[in-house]
Amino acid sequence: MVDTASAHGRALTVGAIARRGTGWWGLLTVIATEAALFVYLLFSYFYYDVQFGRGWLPDPPSFRYSLPNTIILVASNIAAWVAARGIQRGGRGRLVVGILVALLLGVAFCVLQVLEWRSLTYTLNANTYSSVYFTTGGFHLAHVVVGVLILLLLLLWSVLGYFDRLRHTPVLIGTAYWHFVLAVWLAVFFSFYVTPYLW
Amino acid sequence: MTVSEIERVPEILPVSAAPRRELEEIWKTKPGIGGWFSTVDHKEIGKRYIVTAFIFLVLGGVEALIMRVQLARPEQSLLTPEQYNQLFSTHGMTMIFLYALPILSGFSNYLWPLIFGSRDMAFPRLNAVSYWIYLASGIFMYVGFAIGAGPDDGWFNYVPYAERPYNPGLNMDFYSLGMIFLGISTTVGSANFVVTFLLNRAPGMSLNRVPIMSWGTLTASAANLLVVPSVSLAFFMLWMDRQFGTHFFDVSQQGQPLLWQHLFWIFAHPWVYAIVLPAMGMVSEGLPVFCRRPLVGYTPVALATVATMILGFGVWVHHMFATGLPTLALSFFSSASILITLPSVVSVFAWIATIWLGRPVITTAFLFFASMIVLFVIGGVSGFMTGSVPVDWQLTDTYFVVAHIHYVLIGINVFPVVGALYFWFPKMTGRMLDERLGKWNFWTMFVGMNLAFFPMHLSGLFGMPRRVYTYPAGLGWDTINLIVSIGAFLFAIGVLLLLANVLVSLRGGRVAGANPWDAPSLEWATSSPPPSYNFAVLPEVGSLYPLWEGRLGDAAARSSLAEGAVLDHGRETFSVTPLEGMPDLILKMPGDSYAPFILTVGMSAGFSGLIVHWWWLAAAGAALTALAMIVWLWPERKLAQIAGAGYG
Repeated sequence: MVDTASAHGRALTVGAIARRGTGWWGLLTVIATEAALFVYLLFSYFYYDVQFGRGWLPDPPSFRYSLPNTIILVASNIAAWVAARGIQRGGRGRLVVGILVALLLGVAFCVLQVLEWRSLTYTLNANTYSSVYFTTGGFHLAHVVVGVLILLLLLLWSVLGYFDRLRHTPVLIGTAYWHFVLAVWLAVFFSFYVTPYLW
Repeated sequence: MTVSEIERVPEILPVSAAPRRELEEIWKTKPGIGGWFSTVDHKEIGKRYIVTAFIFLVLGGVEALIMRVQLARPEQSLLTPEQYNQLFSTHGMTMIFLYALPILSGFSNYLWPLIFGSRDMAFPRLNAVSYWIYLASGIFMYVGFAIGAGPDDGWFNYVPYAERPYNPGLNMDFYSLGMIFLGISTTVGSANFVVTFLLNRAPGMSLNRVPIMSWGTLTASAANLLVVPSVSLAFFMLWMDRQFGTHFFDVSQQGQPLLWQHLFWIFAHPWVYAIVLPAMGMVSEGLPVFCRRPLVGYTPVALATVATMILGFGVWVHHMFATGLPTLALSFFSSASILITLPSVVSVFAWIATIWLGRPVITTAFLFFASMIVLFVIGGVSGFMTGSVPVDWQLTDTYFVVAHIHYVLIGINVFPVVGALYFWFPKMTGRMLDERLGKWNFWTMFVGMNLAFFPMHLSGLFGMPRRVYTYPAGLGWDTINLIVSIGAFLFAIGVLLLLANVLVSLRGGRVAGANPWDAPSLEWATSSPPPSYNFAVLPEVGSLYPLWEGRLGDAAARSSLAEGAVLDHGRETFSVTPLEGMPDLILKMPGDSYAPFILTVGMSAGFSGLIVHWWWLAAAGAALTALAMIVWLWPERKLAQIAGAGYG
């Protein structure tokens, strides 16, 4: 029965707006598969941890860089969230400023992460712990770099005036990806930096 | 600009009045070499997938035949042990990764927008890139094989054999990087299927009205999204161990070889379901057409498909029963492995009931579909047996397991695929495959397959280990191996008959109408082959079997095929709400583009740079990839992605 589900006589939006359309759903599949990747990375870390016990860990990792970096990434995400909220209400200024702040904080995260790695006494090929630590951190940093590039593109497109109250799906997709990068960091941070102190 | 300014009431026309010429102008791929490299037409991409996968099937088949010559008699010396190692590993890699899933992706790519009453997949350019990367990664791995650096530790590639001290060549590096490369194709393809399933359907096609075959591909794709990262990570770790001195699997430095097995099988067991569930879906779609009735138990079959996969995430350790894991783990995974037969068996009984209650028409496609039930049961029972820990301890690493995997993969993948080819070839080409040749084709393949693989159960039970390049005479394996080799060649002749049939029928086959089998789903509502825009007016769906309405006694079911929305303001199709199938948006679809091909060139350069340690090449490849993506993602006015874009 062609009934309520018919397109006959129904006014339909043309093109994607907000979270309606294929792009947003595409992002969800990206998040699902990337989240799975980090689940397997953390699975590997805990696998060694359980197999070899406490003696396997080197000195408990320091919060000296990782804690400020966590705060930086959270702040960056708040800025990105403000930007997305802004354009949903038509605020192009808030969009540009928010993305810019998020971008700069994202770069700061990368710099601090590299500084932390340079301050460590061990390198990638020292032992299993260093292998899994740098590989997990490396994958996360790669995601941050991609996120920064996305923010850069969003900034450029925002300045070019591509987005308004109706058409801004790329902003929602890009900032949601950035939130995902934060969520992954929190999981990595908890696993590598916090759990050694818990048990 | 307000919301109402970007809305439009679609123009509704009878199909006879549809502006076909304008639609053709909008959707056609321009002829010539440029169109060939830039097309995003799902039908073209689907056919390329099918042809490429068949080429890999033939390559893998030739590798198998060479091995069967070597094993036909004891103490043969056609192959050295090293050559044999590369052959059986490359055979596995080819069949499992480069044939089995891509062939199914090919059918789904071709068919989905047609069975859904849509005009393209959700992400047409992503569709193109998934094909190009599949092709490039296949070539990449075969370049390794061609220069004597094919995989040589079996398709599951256990460490520490695969570590550098024991395997110093480039073999494992080609395999590792190639698998990561292929994983990108699988992942983006899966994302495309999932979103297409959710959004790109005809108005009215609620979730209980999607054709049964799509449940298989949906389930497989969702699983691939979750498990492909596991194997990509495992191969990445292996490559890091080999090239950068990490210690993930290095026993001497607190590495864990078993971690490889976990990460590999967390992926590879669900993968087994990924390469059979879509094929089972094609059987559920095609078999009832030849039984002249709807599938018995649509809902249980759909639910069982999903349930199989959910249980399938929890059985990977049954590949590791012989590794000395704790009894509790063995018991858990053993019971899960036995439990998983329950949803599998739902489909089997649904097919049997469909044949039983229907009036079967014995075509070649029917024979392939119906015989698949037999092969599935044999492969299922041998799998059920090895799901039991003590039986597995007895049989693991013997030819019994080889028999099992081939009954599963040939029985539940190749037979449905060949059946599907007989079934949908008329839709793809406009011509029927020859039925007389088809019957020869079927019986040769069926007899050959059983002759080749059933006796392997016995050689396994008699203790013949798998993966040996030869064996001494007089152990009771001689005759069995000769029979197996004869069966393998008979099976190969069957495949040749199929190829012959395709070649002959492409030119001289009987011309098929729109619906030569009198089938019920939407792909049969458009011409054979379909036009570039699939449907001149987009159908609206009122039941599970739009083309059988009226004769099923379902008075309320009324699909609208004779008139519908034209959507000709550029490339357009509907998106619907995922559950109810209510029309939600008029999607603006991207046109042909070189970006997917250029992106693939960039990635190929990148992976090639990694294998030879030319870091500048890897960096250049990555830069080209990024550049292609930026061009690809740049918001476009004609796709209504820019502020102020109306519906022009």
